[in-house]
Amino acid sequence: MADKKQSSNDKFIPKIVVFACNWCSYAGADSAGINRIQYSPYFRIIRVMCSGRVHPNFVLKAFLDGADGVIVSGCHFGDCHYIFGNYRAVDNFEKTKALIHTLGLEEERIRLEWISAAEGVRFGQVINEFVDQIKKLGRSPIAEN
Amino acid sequence: MNYIDVAIKNSKAYFCLDCGKCTANCPISQYNEEFSPRKIINQAVLYNQNQVINNELIWSCLTCQMCSERCPSDVSFSQFIIDVRKEALNKGKLPQCSHGGVIQTVMKMMANPNLKQKRTEWIPKKLKTSKKGDVLYFVGCLPYYDNIFSKDIDVEPLEIGKSTIEILNYLGIEPVILEDERCCGADLLTIGDKENFEKLAKINISLIKESGASTIVTACAECYNILKNIYPSLSKEFKVKVWHISQFINEKLDSFKFKSPSDKKVTYQDPCRLGRYNGVYDEPRNVLTAIPDVELVEMVKNRNNALCCGTNSWINCDANSKQIQVRRLKQAVNTDGSVLITACPKCEIHFKCAMNDENLDKNSRINIKDLTVFFASSLKSGA
Ligand code: SF4
Ligand code: SF4
Repeated sequence: MADKKQSSNDKFIPKIVVFACNWCSYAGADSAGINRIQYSPYFRIIRVMCSGRVHPNFVLKAFLDGADGVIVSGCHFGDCHYIFGNYRAVDNFEKTKALIHTLGLEEERIRLEWISAAEGVRFGQVINEFVDQIKKLGRSPIAEN
Repeated sequence: MNYIDVAIKNSKAYFCLDCGKCTANCPISQYNEEFSPRKIINQAVLYNQNQVINNELIWSCLTCQMCSERCPSDVSFSQFIIDVRKEALNKGKLPQCSHGGVIQTVMKMMANPNLKQKRTEWIPKKLKTSKKGDVLYFVGCLPYYDNIFSKDIDVEPLEIGKSTIEILNYLGIEPVILEDERCCGADLLTIGDKENFEKLAKINISLIKESGASTIVTACAECYNILKNIYPSLSKEFKVKVWHISQFINEKLDSFKFKSPSDKKVTYQDPCRLGRYNGVYDEPRNVLTAIPDVELVEMVKNRNNALCCGTNSWINCDANSKQIQVRRLKQAVNTDGSVLITACPKCEIHFKCAMNDENLDKNSRINIKDLTVFFASSLKSGA
């Protein structure tokens, strides 16, 4: 993306990474597509088997490699394909949040979401909201280099 | 010059007599028979020289320098391994990063000059610090270790920071603490990431210069080694005096008033960066025994023979590491002491992580405290 030249805020195109679990959220994104929901395209989705697999390093590595925001998304509580995976995701996310804070990045740059396979509309909403939020925050200081 | 020639020259590997003392004393070799520093050196000097970087075992070395301690030819195997790792990393080989690689990522993020960290929020109001001054306390990665470890294992890395400031305040010193201090870079250097190490060092050197400090105190053995021995070679202007907290306390022992300590019989773990790397053996012991009623009982392996805490640079922590840690914990328990004192936050984390195993038997469990925490808790307040 030719984003370097577009750093002024109105033209700023954020880079967002979404870690979506195979069983709910990724299917939720699919469902958004099938239902032809119109939503912001500024995200890259990475499918993981379970949101509990998203170690803090996944998120930090995304920032190190130039992301402006990261979403981790899994099944609603009680719906996890592996029963307790999303509880683990909460633990991991707490750690990630603490690290992001110490590193001096805004905590609004990361978000934990539960999106089921049926919630295509909500997937689009979450992405739109998050893109707006990241646009307000601007380029991540680590991505600037 | 070819990388292997550089590595051989820097480590003086060409002096190797092939005697095997290194392998006989290496803690990793005792548990992993594949791993032999003698063999690695031998192959590099004599045979398929460029194959060394393909050898997965280069990441297993702890850089603990036990081998160099015994080597009759003064070969520095850990220097050799660091040079080889540099090339291996360039060629895209990677170590097995423990903790999902998060510590390495955090260090690399800190290498970015744009970062504005919030790394001083843990300092309680009652402790006094300053923005500029003569004495600087280099905190190191304690805030990050707190983020990463304090929920999973029984450690409180920030207590080390608080205790260190408390001790300095006790001496009437209000240390400078850098708002945006970076990791010293030791662990990146050890895995061969010279580029990011130098970026970190450059930022730190200029921040330290700005602070006007002429003395640095640190409570981390690794930061001590890097700030004292490597930073001056990167910048001629870096002329600050670097102290490990144990040395600093030792100089001023008369100024402290003590109360009776909570633990009376203690044993002490020599961190390799403090002991074998820098010969700091006596100061931590003096500091401990200066506290009234404290009896220091040595483990069977102590001072330059001390066993390493089992892991280096947050890589390749495996069954061998665990075996080394448990062996060391047993040695500590055998002293009949009630507490094992460490002088490096990493030793404490590694040992406590090994003890996190619920199947570990009673003979391998001991209370572990950092030197600064133990010392600060033995001080009589208001003196
Ligand atoms: S530095 Fe330590 S771990 Fe590495 S080869 Fe020497 S004795 Fe073994
Ligand atoms: S101890 Fe020194 S001389 Fe002996 S084999 Fe090892 S590196 Fe060579």
